[in-house]
Amino acid sequence: MPNGDFERRLGLQKSLLMIPSKCTGCSQCELACSYAKEEAFNAAKSRIKIFDFPEKSRHVPYTCTQCAEAWCMKACPVDAISEDKKTGAKIVSAELCVGCKVCTIACPFGTINYQQDTGKVVKCDLCGGDPECVKICPTEAILYVNADATGDARMREWAAKSDEASDVTPN
Amino acid sequence: MGWTQKILRVNLTKGTCESEPLNMQWANDYLGSRGLATKYFVEETDPKVDPLSPDNKMIFATGPLTGTASPTSGRWTVVCKGALTGAIACSNSGGFFGAEMKNAGWDMIIFEGKSAKPVYLTIENDQAELHDAGDLWGKSVWECESELLKRHGEEGRVASIGQAGESGCLYAAVVNDMDRAAGRSGVGTVMGSKNLKAVFSRGTVGVKVKDPMGFMKATGAAKKILAENAVTGEGLPTYGTQVLMNVINELGALPSHNAADVQFDGAAQIGGEAMHAKRETDGKANLVSNAACFGCPISCQRRSQMDPNHFTVKDREKYHIVSGGLEYEAAWALGAATGVSDLETLTFCNFICNEYGMDPITLGSTVAAAMELYKVGAITDKETGGVSLTFDSPQDLATICEMTGKGEGFGKEIAMGSKRLCEKYGRPELSMTVKGQEFPAYDPRGIQGMGLTYATSNRGACHLRSYTVASEVLGIPEKTDPHVTEGKAGLVKAFQDATALVDASGTCIFTTFALSMEDIAPQINAACEGDWSTDRCMEVGERIWNMERVYNNAAGFTGADDTLPQRLLKDAAKTGPAEGLVNKLDEMLPEYYSLRGWSADGVPTSETLGRLGL
Repeated sequence: MPNGDFERRLGLQKSLLMIPSKCTGCSQCELACSYAKEEAFNAAKSRIKIFDFPEKSRHVPYTCTQCAEAWCMKACPVDAISEDKKTGAKIVSAELCVGCKVCTIACPFGTINYQQDTGKVVKCDLCGGDPECVKICPTEAILYVNADATGDARMREWAAKSDEASDVTPN
Repeated sequence: MGWTQKILRVNLTKGTCESEPLNMQWANDYLGSRGLATKYFVEETDPKVDPLSPDNKMIFATGPLTGTASPTSGRWTVVCKGALTGAIACSNSGGFFGAEMKNAGWDMIIFEGKSAKPVYLTIENDQAELHDAGDLWGKSVWECESELLKRHGEEGRVASIGQAGESGCLYAAVVNDMDRAAGRSGVGTVMGSKNLKAVFSRGTVGVKVKDPMGFMKATGAAKKILAENAVTGEGLPTYGTQVLMNVINELGALPSHNAADVQFDGAAQIGGEAMHAKRETDGKANLVSNAACFGCPISCQRRSQMDPNHFTVKDREKYHIVSGGLEYEAAWALGAATGVSDLETLTFCNFICNEYGMDPITLGSTVAAAMELYKVGAITDKETGGVSLTFDSPQDLATICEMTGKGEGFGKEIAMGSKRLCEKYGRPELSMTVKGQEFPAYDPRGIQGMGLTYATSNRGACHLRSYTVASEVLGIPEKTDPHVTEGKAGLVKAFQDATALVDASGTCIFTTFALSMEDIAPQINAACEGDWSTDRCMEVGERIWNMERVYNNAAGFTGADDTLPQRLLKDAAKTGPAEGLVNKLDEMLPEYYSLRGWSADGVPTSETLGRLGL
């Protein structure tokens, strides 16, 4: 059976890539996420969140980046957080979670959060490798790309901006 | 499912907030939002009620698709008797407030009575509470909303009125999310008359649908069509509704100088393309980006930032932000109608409308009427208190718009709307209104169907009751000749019924540039209990339309009110493709009544009412 190391060695894992400049703030990702995880359209309980900065007309999607060495996983005193070996996602077991919230303190990014009504924490689990937010986004502001290549599009963008003036031409 | 099946009833006289179950029989017959709220309204209020009396009610309503993943699911509606018109008022808005209210677990909020002192309402899921608004009264929409978010949580959403709604401007808007508005007919005036300043909403309950898999399939199919359509997938995201300015001008259907002309020399300077162009003054474009309302894949909103050195905003930092920019109707009313072709001035006046809470269509058209009164000498500096009101003048426009928002000087008279203003100064024919409401940015001499649209609109002249421009100009669903009247009666009826249904669903009418009822009905069917076929949806639309008509007739309107300003019927278009044409309403109206199943004087027959269960 392939394990996480195997998947990683073959370069099969993917990461979410957010592109704020493409986000229109429509909330469809929050709706898709909440329906997948909560069985109701409920942006308030989405694992991915859109942050609006209206006076700059900027919308920023934000969720867990699935740290390789995850603070939340290390901090959990009851080992309720484990790695999905296939996707690299850090998964919370609702059965094991005791709602102590230590992970929410440990996470530097705030992307794992407690829910009062269930007494458990929740976070993005990459939907088992087929993220709903990616599928529903109307502007391709959320992509799911090879984890080794999240910078490729940006590099290409900058590469395209280079011109002859920046060339070092041998005489 | 779809519906939360809960209504909040707020009695402002008593200061009480009570929950009650939704009348599901009515929900099945009127669907939601515009339809269902109007049903509650007509059942609970006297049609003769003074719009500004405590006995007028005001309903905030969502539809069964509001707050779901349906594309454009952010729409919500304000229903009351209109302060401007005395007819049924039904103004809908986008943004995020409606979805937040639905997510808090409420299909509707019914406001009744009048508070003894200014109050605002907070809703946090099932908790509803009235608070003293003494310190918020007198504040703008922008100040009030910022303060309430600070006070009750940045995650919430706010709908409020500005100073215009407090001071009795008859076309005050209810503004949510800073620059989205239930704009027309004076619904904000009614809110102000109840001493209700704002509603803050925060919801974490969630919205469920009947058949989740079917719903995601139906909404996914609709999204695909919207993305691939030239108007909803490309034109609207890029240029917003402002894509129309040059198109309508070239068609000779852009009313200018209070509809004396049908084309405007300055159109190219105030349209969508101009918003993209870099300014000579600071090298930046007026348009910063587009943006979406809740759930909307189209994203037609304009976000604009003014030149900070423009004369209207120099050293006034609050106007240097990125805010809701010009949409087509506002750019037309503030610009083409008044003859002002300075994009920055129009952007400023639009900001003023959002800040003080006013309908830019009625404001712009009323200023245009005042400019004509001034031009012909029916008003002079004596009446205006020394304020010049000259066509084409950016300075005059900016000054009078701000005075109107503040309720100062001659602005108080502009705040009455053009019908009352022109009557007061003895020139009623200069008011470009139907049933007291100013018509928008399409001249019925150049687009004949829009004449019948304006004349028969249940909320006074309006483009959003049957947007035949889609067919007559854009060829959606099929092209008709804008200069002929034949077939327009049927077109208007079909558009009116379909629009009523879309409004009742909680989604945006802009979807219908791409979607047909065959794409919309399956979404409703997957969300709501029962069987929602295309035929049933169209019947619900027709039922809503007739219900509104019956209410207006009971309120005192008759077939004689289904008319247009004389200028559109008598003075031929002077230029452009429609040169020589007037609107031939008399060729369309009798056929329209007949198709509707109404008598020759515009009263629904008992047979029609019986067929629709009214």
